[in-house]
This record gives sequence, C-alpha cells and structure tokens, in this order.
Amino acid sequence: MWSLLTINSISFGGLLFLLSAGFSLIFGLMRIPNLMHGSFFMLGAYVGASLAQRGYDFWLAALAGAGVTLIVGGLVERVLLRRLAGQPLAQVLLTLGLSFIVADLCLMIWTGDPIQPGTPAGLRSSVAALGTTVPLYRLAVVVLAVAVAAALWLLIEHSRLGAMIRAGVDDAPIARAMGIRVSSLFTFVFCLGAGLAGFAGVVGSPILSVYPGLDADMLPLALIVVILGGAGSLVGALLGSLLIGFLYNFGQAMLPDLSYVILFLPMLIVLLVRPQGLLGRVAL
Amino acid sequence: MSRVNVIQGVALLLGTAALATLPLWLADSYYVNIATQILFYAVFALALNVLVGYAGLTSLGHAALFGVSGYTAGLLLASGQGQLASVLAALVVTVLMSALFAVLSLRATGIGFLMITLALGQILWGLTYRWASLTNGDNGVTVADRPSPLGLSLADPSAFYWLTLLAFLVCAASMVLFVRSPFGASLRGTRDQPRRMSALGFDVWTIRFLAFTLSGFWSAVAGLLFVYYNQFISPQVMSLQSSAEVLLMVISGGTATLAGPVVGAALVVIMKNVVSAYVERWNMVLGIVFVLIISFMPEGLVPGTARLVRSAYRGLCGPGKAEVPASEGASEQPRELRVRAEAGR
Repeated sequence: MWSLLTINSISFGGLLFLLSAGFSLIFGLMRIPNLMHGSFFMLGAYVGASLAQRGYDFWLAALAGAGVTLIVGGLVERVLLRRLAGQPLAQVLLTLGLSFIVADLCLMIWTGDPIQPGTPAGLRSSVAALGTTVPLYRLAVVVLAVAVAAALWLLIEHSRLGAMIRAGVDDAPIARAMGIRVSSLFTFVFCLGAGLAGFAGVVGSPILSVYPGLDADMLPLALIVVILGGAGSLVGALLGSLLIGFLYNFGQAMLPDLSYVILFLPMLIVLLVRPQGLLGRVAL
Repeated sequence: MSRVNVIQGVALLLGTAALATLPLWLADSYYVNIATQILFYAVFALALNVLVGYAGLTSLGHAALFGVSGYTAGLLLASGQGQLASVLAALVVTVLMSALFAVLSLRATGIGFLMITLALGQILWGLTYRWASLTNGDNGVTVADRPSPLGLSLADPSAFYWLTLLAFLVCAASMVLFVRSPFGASLRGTRDQPRRMSALGFDVWTIRFLAFTLSGFWSAVAGLLFVYYNQFISPQVMSLQSSAEVLLMVISGGTATLAGPVVGAALVVIMKNVVSAYVERWNMVLGIVFVLIISFMPEGLVPGTARLVRSAYRGLCGPGKAEVPASEGASEQPRELRVRAEAGR
C-alpha cells in the first residue's frame, strides 16, 4: 500500500507540475495569479476527453485540448487583459469573471454528467514494481511530466527567449529599457501556460475524470503549489507539486475528512516563515 | 448647513421611512423577502468595503467568514444550545477567525493579500464540505426556528424584514461613524501612503488588523441574518463564487463609498432573482457582469453616476458659481482598481 501511494503521489505531483508550471511563470512575469488556470485545465480536459471518446487517438486528443486552451488563452491575453495593463487587481478580477463564464459554458456544452475517457491503448496494463502492481499509465504521466520539465528548463535557462523571460521576471521595466518586448513575452507565456494547463487536463482525465467543478478543485492546488514553491521559479513549482502530490494522496488515505485542509498547512507555514516561497524569485 | 446637506438629510429621512414601511405597502411577501435579502447582503457588502474600499485590501475569502458565522450558529442550535448563546458564540468565533485571517493575510498587500485570503477561504470551504461528520457535508445544516427576542416572533417575513432593517441601519450608521472617525482617516492613509503613515508614527499593521476584524464582525452579523433567513446553510455559501459575488456588489456599486455597496447588493440580488426566474445561467451572467464592470466602469456605478450628475449640475448653474455637491464620497478621489507597487511593504 505504501509503495502504491508513493507512486500515485509522484504521478499526481507530475500532473500538478504540468498545471502549475505555467501558473508560476505567468505569475512571475505578469505579476497576476491567473484565476482562469483551473478553467483552462477543465476546458482542455473536456475537449480532449470528448475527442478521445469519439475514437480519436488519445495523444492527438490531448494535443487538440492543449491547442484549444492555447488559442483561448492567447485571445484572453491579447483582447481583454491587455486593455487593463498596469492594473493587476482589475486583471485578476477579470480572470475570475472569465472563469465563471468558462465553467458555465462547459456545463452548457457537456452537461453535468462526468466524462471518464479510457486509458490510452498500450498503457492499460500494470507492471510489478516495488512489491506492488503499478498501472502503467501512472508511470507514463511521471515520464511525461519529467520530459515537459526538462523541455521547460531548457527553454527558460538555455535559450535566448528564456533569458528574456527571466529578465522580465526579475525586472520588467529594465528589460523593456534594454529593448526586450516584454508585452510580447506576456502573450507567449500566457499561451504557453494555458496550453500546458489544457494538456494537463487531458492527461489527468483518465485518472480524475472530467466533471463540472473540476476547475475549482484544481485552481487552489495550483495556487498552493506556487505560494509554496515561489512564484516564477520552475524548480519551485516542481518541488511544490511533489510535496502537494504526497500530501494529497497520503492525506486522503489516512485522514479523509481533513485531507483538503492538510494540503494548506505547509502553505501557511511557508507564508509565516518564508513569504517569498521556498525558491521564489518574487515576493508575494 | 448648506442647501445640499438639507436635501441629503431629507432624502435620507424619506428613504428610511420608505424602507421602514415597506412591508405595509408591498403586499406580496415575495418582494418583502427580496428586500430582506438585499439588506443583509448590503451589510455584508458594507463589511467587505471596509477592506476593499477604505483599506485597499481586496479579499477573496470573505464568504468563509460569513459562512463560519452561519455554521457556528446553525451547528450550536442543532446541538440544542439556546438562541442567544448560539448568536453570541457565532459572533465571537467569527471575529476570532477574522483575526486569524488577518494575521496570516496581512503579511502581504495587493495581489498577495488576495491570494492568501482566497486560499484561506478555500480551506474553510473544504472543511465544511469534506468534514462531513461535523458539518453534515453537502447536505448542509438546517435551523429549525428563528429566535423570538423579547417574545416577538420573527417567523413572519415582515417581522424578519424589520429585524434585518434594524441591523442594516445600525451597520450603516456605524460605517458613517467609522468613515468620519480618526480611525477611518488613518485607515485611508494606510491605503494611499503606507510608508508615509509609517514614518508619521502610525502602526500600519495594527490599523489594518483592526479594520479586518471590524469587517469580520459585520460579516458575522450578515451571516447570522442569512442563516436565520434561509434556516439552512450549506458549503456553497462559503465557495469562491460567493466571495466573488459579494466582491462584485462592492465593486459594481463603487468602492470606498457608503452608498455603493448598498446599491451593488440591490443590483446583484435583484439580478440573481430575476435572472434565475428566466434562465438557469446565473454563473454566466455573474461572469459577464464582472467582466463588463471591470472593463468599462471600474470606478463603480455610484461614483460613475455621481460624476455624471455633478457635471450636469455644473452645466446647469454655469461654470462660475458651480458648487460641487458635498457628497459623502467627496473627499475620495474616484479610485480605479489599482495596486500600487510599493517598495517597502
């Protein structure tokens, strides 16, 4: 049981990383918590899951889900958020209002019945490992998260674009003065984050299933991960995701009544002891 | 007293008289009930406005405080405690809870404050939702009877309306006193110039802390009225959506004004009741109104309309002798939703 819980924790942590890496980058660069992030997760999941149910290949459906949220994210940033540049509070409240609209649209289109797409072909079996049987799909999620983390790390730390993003996170006005088009970076990072969240939604759908209210379940998790790990830090998001993955699974197994509250305890401790998060670049 | 003040006084008197006699000329108890809802949501919105408007701190977790009060009273009543004890306990527990919220969330201002209050609100929501052995989970808590203070029964919609009106008037009066008091002035000081206030010897943190607990107290009163009105409370009351609704009341009416939150509460409650009668999509309407208000009228309806009226008044009197009406928000600049980037938080 312990080893299965551990594996589940790591794979849920991987899923959380896919969700919160973009949230963290958006927060770091644009200084706003994107309260639509849970909506992107749910929207992507609905698009992907309904495509997968119609018989399309699961991974193609996942890319389609990511594509849809990427486009929606880009439109939101370009058309709405941009109008409110320099007013972070208004931008946050705008994303909150949009999250209600997306939630209701999803309810309208996909009704209230949960959808659970099947596990993709080829990953339905289990393997024996660590004295237990582990569903192959969970391992695949871990591998996927590691691959995305590595790609993001290369992008942020070892590319010209990444250097510009880091400069924008550290000091946007100076980056602007150096000729970096920070507002184009905003769009890029917002699209990237939205796409990743949508992708995470599809990847998570065989495990979590897709239902109305999924957005409100996932958004607080992304929020804790980022407060915990520190905004704008990829490694922080990874660390926070794993921590929350473990707390979530072990809490649910041992203290089901209080599992949701236990998630927030490390966040409170971090806020009291180290307000900028474990590895934060930017203080809240 | 200037002419404007006299006009304002008369209007206030007439308004109060109209509100007090409302159940007498509104025959249908459906409308009396809607008026009751507007009044206790107005108390809630006024409470949140202390933080959002006068302290410049936007909380997205206030529904949790509202809900804690309702749940405390509901659970105590269900366990057989008396009405008075339950009401007092609900007030005390909620004020203590808001003090705890304040200690945790006042580590930050601006967006950080918003994120922390959001997370704290979600914790309490999660508690009521998942800790089913205590709170009965999604099935909620039912309150069998309304109290009957001094032997007066509140079971009748009109009687409950008058109780709510009384609470609302006391709340509104306390807000007027608060805004005009030195404490109110220093709170606005910490909103606009926290570093200067600090340099002048004001304890910015304590001022904000007191404002938070004041806000928590009136949220508790509103929560109590809510739970006695509905005689039922469920986790939905504490959700992020509820926090967003009350924030919309404050923002749509106009932050840092006294009339704004009341107008906003009326607007949201009426919209919610009218819209739900025709379409099921209240969430969609809530979201759209949110987006429209924030994009096009960030100052809110009351200051926006006041500005229009003022310019019309000036137009009528001619530019020379135009007297700017001393409205209650006259000392306030119309504030946009802005978070100042302060270096020394």
